Amino acid sequence: MSVGELSVPTPHAEPGAERALDVRDLRMRYGTVDVLRGVTFHAERGEVLALLGPNGAGKTTTIEILEGFRMRSAGEVSVLGSDPAKGDESWRARIGVVLQSWRDHSKWRVRELLQHLGTYYEPYGTPWDIDELVAAVGLTEHAHKKASRLSGGQRRRLDVAIGIVGRPRLLFLDEPTAGFDPHARREFHDLVHRLSDLDDTTILLTTHDLDEAEKLADRILVLAGGTIIADGSADALSRRMATEAEVRWSRDGERFVHPTRDATGFVRQLFAQYGEEIADLEVRRASLEDTYLALVRDFEAGDQEAAARSFEERNR
Amino acid sequence: MNPTAAAIRAGITRGRIELRQTFTNFQDLWGYLFPTVALLVVMTLMRGSTIPGTEFSRGTMTLPSVLGVSVAFGSLINLAQILTIEREDGTLLRAKAVPGGMLGYLVGKIVMISGTVLVNVAIVLIPGAFLFDGLDLGDAGAWLTLLWVLVLGLVATMPIGAIIGSLFPNARNLGAVMLPIMGLVAISGIFYPITGFPAWLQWIAQVFPIYWLGLGMRSALLPDGMQAVEIGESWRYWETAGVLGVWAVIGLVVAPMVLRRMARRESGSSVAARREKALQRIA
Repeated sequence: MSVGELSVPTPHAEPGAERALDVRDLRMRYGTVDVLRGVTFHAERGEVLALLGPNGAGKTTTIEILEGFRMRSAGEVSVLGSDPAKGDESWRARIGVVLQSWRDHSKWRVRELLQHLGTYYEPYGTPWDIDELVAAVGLTEHAHKKASRLSGGQRRRLDVAIGIVGRPRLLFLDEPTAGFDPHARREFHDLVHRLSDLDDTTILLTTHDLDEAEKLADRILVLAGGTIIADGSADALSRRMATEAEVRWSRDGERFVHPTRDATGFVRQLFAQYGEEIADLEVRRASLEDTYLALVRDFEAGDQEAAARSFEERNR
Repeated sequence: MNPTAAAIRAGITRGRIELRQTFTNFQDLWGYLFPTVALLVVMTLMRGSTIPGTEFSRGTMTLPSVLGVSVAFGSLINLAQILTIEREDGTLLRAKAVPGGMLGYLVGKIVMISGTVLVNVAIVLIPGAFLFDGLDLGDAGAWLTLLWVLVLGLVATMPIGAIIGSLFPNARNLGAVMLPIMGLVAISGIFYPITGFPAWLQWIAQVFPIYWLGLGMRSALLPDGMQAVEIGESWRYWETAGVLGVWAVIGLVVAPMVLRRMARRESGSSVAARREKALQRIA
């Protein structure tokens, strides 16, 4: 495997005037417990990043520090060019936060709540047209319903609408599609694509749905044990892990399956040996899920050094 | 538009919307009406008995005192309760995620609480005017006194509610403050002239705003002859304004600090943790 293929712009290259997010050596300690032990990553304008990691890895802590809701212990953090710990209201106006809702604003009607929250953004720019926004999250039919009468998925879509009503430059999505049915999920993915492609919104999302991460994210970050153990596209990650691929073929009407770490070499050999007898060839790369599980397993098996080493290699 | 002005305006809208919501909600309406009806019944039953040493009906004397208590309750307890509930359910966190949202939220609460207190005063006062004789309602001075006592009372008690609401982790723990407040109501001369109590109890009552709210309302609505059963046989306007004013100033200095500290600690995970706890309790 070539390390060169994986190289992304190094986070230490230049101070990010252009960058939507720039996090360097972020540390967080609660009492004597280190939750974050030096998290470093960045996001360019318009990029969609997915932050993955096991429960308790520090995803929420990281996002809350970036949102300005939590003070960090150490490290440099720049969010849209400002330190979130000192972000003022005009900075706040450019940030969108999709919160996990519970039962807040239960007496408010969908349209009424969005209209009201939109007015707070008026001094800073032009918030969404409310009817357009309601339509964009697929709540037109429910625009005059009370929030307490919405289903779980509808409520979640209202959360998303609240997060983007001020047309943020940077959007934080913490498990956005938990509780969505497949149809709502697809529509939500379209909305995310629309936000990032048309409006050039930078998006940082956390999810446990790896399929979703693969579909939405330009880049995937894996956070485990308080550090980023992987950073790259889904494709680059699976190549980096060199997880086993599956080669399937048939010969003389008989079907074969062979797992291998070196699919190219294996297929070359296969053709050299049997030539034209080979039919129905299929090579299946490991899915992001396989890769992710392998990464976390390696990491948790105490392979922290190896994980850290390959991370450094990548950044060289 | 200036962002601060925009946030204040949004807050006023917010308060108006929430007032409409609370007055079109059966459960909330019941919460406002039930205590009022109960108090009116109690006061009507007291109509026959007189204040010792006078010919004056205890029912009539109690009505303005009850108005004072309902101002204190309506602003202090309600605000404390709403703050703890809305912190728990994430309303406050949403306000924090919006530019100028905390200011708007606070202005909204002030509008909403003031509105409900006004309505509460009206639904006691209006039927009371027909049920009880001897209230001094024809006089502009009475209404003026009522107004300043009401406004000053709100300013004195709302910050206390905000402080209590910020310090208590959840609405269920608020019961702990209800008890002492009920105790204060009992010794504040609401249902019985305070001059009948031992002096040390009178002193305790006079430290807190509930007594002064009751006195202020009595001074507005009762004939001047009724001063005879008050401490110092006087309505003590200056003292009323003074004590309520001191509470207001202390509150307005301390409450923003406590509110800011509370708001700073709010985050998605703190809301999630409380939700988890609340759901466990249900299960």
